[in-house]
Amino acid sequence: MTILTRRSLVTVGAGGLLLSGCDKLSYNPKMVSVLESAEGATERWQRLIGRNALAREYTEADMSPVFKANGSRSVDTDEYLAHSESDFADWRLKVDGLVARPLSLSLAQLRAAPQRTQITRHDCVEGWSAIGKWTGPQLGHILKAAGVLSTARYAMFLCADNYGGEASKGGDQSAGLYYESIDMVDAFHPQTILAHTMNGETLTVPHGAPLRLRVERQLGYKHAKYVMGIRLVDSFKGFGAGKGGYWPDRGYEWFAGI
Amino acid sequence: MTTAIPISETMAPPRRPLFYRHALLTRLTHWTNVLAVAVLLMSGLQIFNAHPGLYWGQYGADADTDKRWFEIGAIPGADGAMAGKTRIGPLMFDTTGVLGVSNNKDGVSTAIGFPHWITLPSVRDLATGRRWHFFFAWVLILNGLTYLIGGIVSGHLRKDVVPKLAELRPLNIAHDIVSHAKLQFPKGEDAKRYHILQKLAYSGVIVLLILMVLTGLTMSPSNDAAWHWLSEMFGGRQSARSIHFIAAWSIVAFVIIHVLMVLLAGPINQIRSMITGRFDLGDAA
Repeated sequence: MTILTRRSLVTVGAGGLLLSGCDKLSYNPKMVSVLESAEGATERWQRLIGRNALAREYTEADMSPVFKANGSRSVDTDEYLAHSESDFADWRLKVDGLVARPLSLSLAQLRAAPQRTQITRHDCVEGWSAIGKWTGPQLGHILKAAGVLSTARYAMFLCADNYGGEASKGGDQSAGLYYESIDMVDAFHPQTILAHTMNGETLTVPHGAPLRLRVERQLGYKHAKYVMGIRLVDSFKGFGAGKGGYWPDRGYEWFAGI
Repeated sequence: MTTAIPISETMAPPRRPLFYRHALLTRLTHWTNVLAVAVLLMSGLQIFNAHPGLYWGQYGADADTDKRWFEIGAIPGADGAMAGKTRIGPLMFDTTGVLGVSNNKDGVSTAIGFPHWITLPSVRDLATGRRWHFFFAWVLILNGLTYLIGGIVSGHLRKDVVPKLAELRPLNIAHDIVSHAKLQFPKGEDAKRYHILQKLAYSGVIVLLILMVLTGLTMSPSNDAAWHWLSEMFGGRQSARSIHFIAAWSIVAFVIIHVLMVLLAGPINQIRSMITGRFDLGDAA
């Protein structure tokens, strides 16, 4: 009896030691940078096998009956609420930074540009997927109109929502203005659109009205909602914690192709 | 007075030359694989906990109950405390204490899919779980490719691991099942090769590991864009996620049986052979 108890104590103790050792390693800065080195390998691999590959497109019959709204589902700033009440009539999308011609575009102008409609699968980092139909102008078309300078490396999406996290993700849940960024390969990818219409209807507030980025080859958190401005930049400096996005600042991959 | 007998004659059997059983490449890739699979399982369960439900098909989320065949959840029990529930198809199990509701590191009852002691990290942290997972996924792939290419070039896979057609005869399989059931393990010359159950187990786990990699790649939206055939082959991203989960636990089942067999067949000799390569064949019956 005593031996058994002692033995089980030793086993539990050793197991506990191993687990707390793993936890210590998980948050050791050197270990973190070793583990993060895989992100670059993954990005290079996926660019190698399909730099210009198109995400799968589905038919209407494949669509999810209910498309889950995740992340921010509303924005409570006075400015946003005023826009929302007036159906975003006075709202303007600002395109600036490293461009030859900064733009200020109304929803009507965005709707008047050549449109792309695509039925695609939205993959959340949590593991679930939903298939929906999105309509909007190609980001590449807008960027060409603005004249992206050759020094620009990323398109930064500045959003209206101040997000406080998602319990199911754990980790750092600190609040902050939502933002995201993509490189020029994804910015000029034909399926990268600024969606104002979802499943044939005007984008609703829970899904990011008036405008949501669709960057179909990456996970859901890259698809910034409540997009107010697009800034062309050559680095992430000066935005959030400098990792290129709300979730990247909180430990998630900037390249969310996996 | 008793006559002194040399200790070597009473205690230790006469030394036999050890058989060189495992090549260096096999041993190195075996232990690298042990590490990778352990980290991938534990970080994978951390990732699973972010959405503890599985579906068949292309899509699947909270509202898609018709596509969901597996879920772990927490519901208020009769006494008001949270009860852990696990559903597999139509079967519902109370899994309080392990799945759905379990004590966290500080002993506080918490609603969570898999318990803290099997996830990496032990606290809820999807970002960190993913970081471990995608680093060791590369380790698993590169290590696995090294083993497979080495095994093909040297002929090890063909000669020692993949079952031969003749060995798949029902009588041969039945014979091996009986000797396993009687715990009669091969000795002498007969122990220089794998018998059919071992061959099936080892080639089976190689297939499972390849399946893990392929279903894992299917879940990556960027990889899926480049290789549509993967999600077509598995019947959709959510089906691939389900298969990934089932294959992971199949590998756990393999490991349990594998370790049990090592313990029953003589753990010191078995483990030594996977470290130094040298194996004591024992006396032929």
